[in-house]
Amino acid sequence: MEKEKVITAKDLTKRFGDFTAVDKITFDVTKGEIFGFIGANGAGKTTAMRMLCGLSLPTSGEATVAGFDVYKQNEQIKKNIGYMSQRFSLYEDLTIRENIRFYAGIYGLADELIKEKTALLLKQLHMEGQENTLVRAMPLGWRQKLAFSIAIVHDPAIVFLDEPTGGVDPITRREFWGLIYEASEKGITIFVTTHYMDEAEYCNRVSIMVDGRIDALDSPANLMTQYASASMDGVFLQLARKAVRTGD
Amino acid sequence: MKQFLIFVKKEWLHIWRDRRTLFILLFMPVIQIVLYGFALTNEVKNSKVAIFDQSKDEATTVISNEIAASRYFNLVKNVYSYKDIEATFRKGEIRMAIVFPAGFRYDLLHSNHAQIQLIADASDPNTANTLTNYASSIINDYQQTLHPTEDLPYTIKTQVRMLYNPELKGAYNFVPGVMALVLMLVCAMMTSIAIVKEKEMGTMEVILVSPLRPFRIIIAKTIPYLLVSMLNITSILLLSVYALDVPIVGNLWLLIAESILFTITSLSVGILISNSAKTQQTAMFTSMMSLFLPTLLFAGFMFPIENMPIPLQIISNIVPAKWYFIIVKDVMIKGLGFTAVWKETLILISMTAALLGISIYKFKIRLA
Amino acid sequence: MALNGISFAVEKGEIFGIIGPDGAGKTSLFRILTTLLLADSGSASVDGFNVVKDYKQIRNHVGYMPGRFSLYQDLSVQENLEFFATIFNTSIQENYDLVKEIYQQIEPFKTRKAGQLSGGMKQKLALCCALIHKPSVLFLDEPTTGVDAVSRKEFWEMLFRLKAQGITILVSTPYMDEASLCDRVALIQKGSLLSINTPTSIIREFKKPLWSVRADEMFKLMNELKNDPLIESCYPFGQVHHVVFKTQANSKEKLEHLTKQGNYNHVEVKPIEPGIEDCFMALMKE
Repeated sequence: MEKEKVITAKDLTKRFGDFTAVDKITFDVTKGEIFGFIGANGAGKTTAMRMLCGLSLPTSGEATVAGFDVYKQNEQIKKNIGYMSQRFSLYEDLTIRENIRFYAGIYGLADELIKEKTALLLKQLHMEGQENTLVRAMPLGWRQKLAFSIAIVHDPAIVFLDEPTGGVDPITRREFWGLIYEASEKGITIFVTTHYMDEAEYCNRVSIMVDGRIDALDSPANLMTQYASASMDGVFLQLARKAVRTGD
Repeated sequence: MKQFLIFVKKEWLHIWRDRRTLFILLFMPVIQIVLYGFALTNEVKNSKVAIFDQSKDEATTVISNEIAASRYFNLVKNVYSYKDIEATFRKGEIRMAIVFPAGFRYDLLHSNHAQIQLIADASDPNTANTLTNYASSIINDYQQTLHPTEDLPYTIKTQVRMLYNPELKGAYNFVPGVMALVLMLVCAMMTSIAIVKEKEMGTMEVILVSPLRPFRIIIAKTIPYLLVSMLNITSILLLSVYALDVPIVGNLWLLIAESILFTITSLSVGILISNSAKTQQTAMFTSMMSLFLPTLLFAGFMFPIENMPIPLQIISNIVPAKWYFIIVKDVMIKGLGFTAVWKETLILISMTAALLGISIYKFKIRLA
Repeated sequence: MALNGISFAVEKGEIFGIIGPDGAGKTSLFRILTTLLLADSGSASVDGFNVVKDYKQIRNHVGYMPGRFSLYQDLSVQENLEFFATIFNTSIQENYDLVKEIYQQIEPFKTRKAGQLSGGMKQKLALCCALIHKPSVLFLDEPTTGVDAVSRKEFWEMLFRLKAQGITILVSTPYMDEASLCDRVALIQKGSLLSINTPTSIIREFKKPLWSVRADEMFKLMNELKNDPLIESCYPFGQVHHVVFKTQANSKEKLEHLTKQGNYNHVEVKPIEPGIEDCFMALMKE
């Protein structure tokens, strides 16, 4: 059975002057899939992700996200995706409840629904009774989990996660991945970048970018067989060592 | 010493590579001076005046004609009563009125002193001041022509009445004022931002874990800004002399020495601010709030300190710009020597010593 | 509280790792040791000097690379290095041998502004600057955070070469896999030390047998194992789950029974050696 495609990219390219940041990448992501997007610093991950989020126009090629065209329908794209990054996600000087309210409000959720969602979300994260805590006062791991839950509060088709687990302790990191699996079971597509290679193994499929191109794309198990390596770390090192580019 | 020099060089590179800020630093004073100067000369050309001549004799006619012929004035009407003057002012038709009392020429020739009243709209004090100065000089010229060789046995006493702002300051106030303002801002704001920037970028952490001593860091940070400020002093002085015709009456070197002293005071204020600020934004804000406004308010070039309530007058004493402003006015405009300004100089020196002492003492040799 | 009653000693010439997540207190610890922060209580010395009394001597003798890129972004590579050499009363020439290998990799870009370098190159430059005065102790606060796997590997190779030159290195990292590269590690969590030892000894302290389990339905499997009363912990590790039982008797049979009962496909169960991450999580739970 052909699964519904949520992201399609065909020969997607981005050039800055004579520098080709993303060089004809082609791939599909299906509904509910956990898609790992791996690459060395400067391989073009961020640029590719920006194009898919509707933040940056491609130089050439085609791409659709949640069925919308990245050239013409970036406003619709933004309504149908969630985004979370390690660097910025929550307002530290607002409380948990205010953060939820704010983000849900941005996506135009009705007040009733926001209330319902807030209660559900707090229950899921075992944070009941703490809704008036300032985000600043929460441990990093909790903040990251909260940020993820907020990024999918409007039930987007896809959620983009940019190095979501950096610096988090190993248990929290696994709890975080628990949330990712849950979201994926609900049919939300997960598009995730990470520097932790064991996390790459949690993904259904992984694409590895080298010098702006996708050099490998398959399930972690197949990649490990193909590159005769016991871990994704080995696969990645083999591929990334070929890189010529060193720029960020 | 090498340590110190490389720090100065590094600091200079920061300034040099940030062209936009350097441009602002160097051109802010020029633009301010030109703006003030332009506004000033533009305002006094063809200013509308009215004459209330109660004497109508030969002397008043000559003076009236001189005034009407002057490029500074435009005689718009003759009025016939004080009430008329008031009304004309209120309608905004004139900026100054000249009142000759009855029997002007008679008084001039017989009682040796005649009076002319100049009534100016001093809601714009600089303009009012300039206008009355010009009018006074025309009247003086007339006196000279009456008795070119003699020692003026007859005197015309111009009686100036400033409406709306009786304590009006001198015409060249703004040059010393802008000097004080610009030096304070450039030095204090820029040094505080420069030091806080290192904290914010995390470089201070690395610098602290090095053999560099706080005293050297501070001094090295301020030297490039001292140089930039010297350029500013030069450009301000050149502009005021050649573009605005504000002469340097007193000793140029004394003026420069005092300016360097004030620059160092301002640099110390900047260092002090940087000690308590954590981000460049805070540094900028603190400088703005604690320097720009007080300097503007309390230096004495915008608002007369004598008219302020006593508490504010007392506060004005801790504003370094006030003392520098007095010094510049005395030296540059009035042409007085060091003997006239030694007290103010001493105050500035003690302020600087105190500020620098506190900043170095308080300089954090550790984080947080 | 950032740090709570920490005691440890680092031997001359070893690579000592401080391993723990963000917020564990790694940076505070480094700042206390590099004389940037004062401890509320307790004492510490570096290279024989007290961190409070003799802070000036320590500042002459240690190299410090903070977690955040802390060089002058508007100065070129060469200007940065020259600046740091000079403020430490030395010159690039004097200690060139020490940084040569690292510096050669960034030398082609020596006129480029530091702010325009890539992450990996910035990190190399920062290391050069921290090394240029030939410090006796090198403090590296999370040098590999946010750096890709290839650059991380290269960075560690550089550290081994520095160690060979007799420099003591204290390095902190949130990446558990880097622990095995250190001579000794301190595992730190919420300001307290969980354990200090060589990586192999830490692993040896993990007494309970560890099982690796995999099946096609990984998420379902994890939820079931986690909720099983017999099982102490079940964590995903890449393609497999690592499972520890509360009591060890017949654990293999129990595990096989559990997985078969749940109708999973392609079940694979085998005993495995624990890694540092397994140990860290076990210690965190205690």
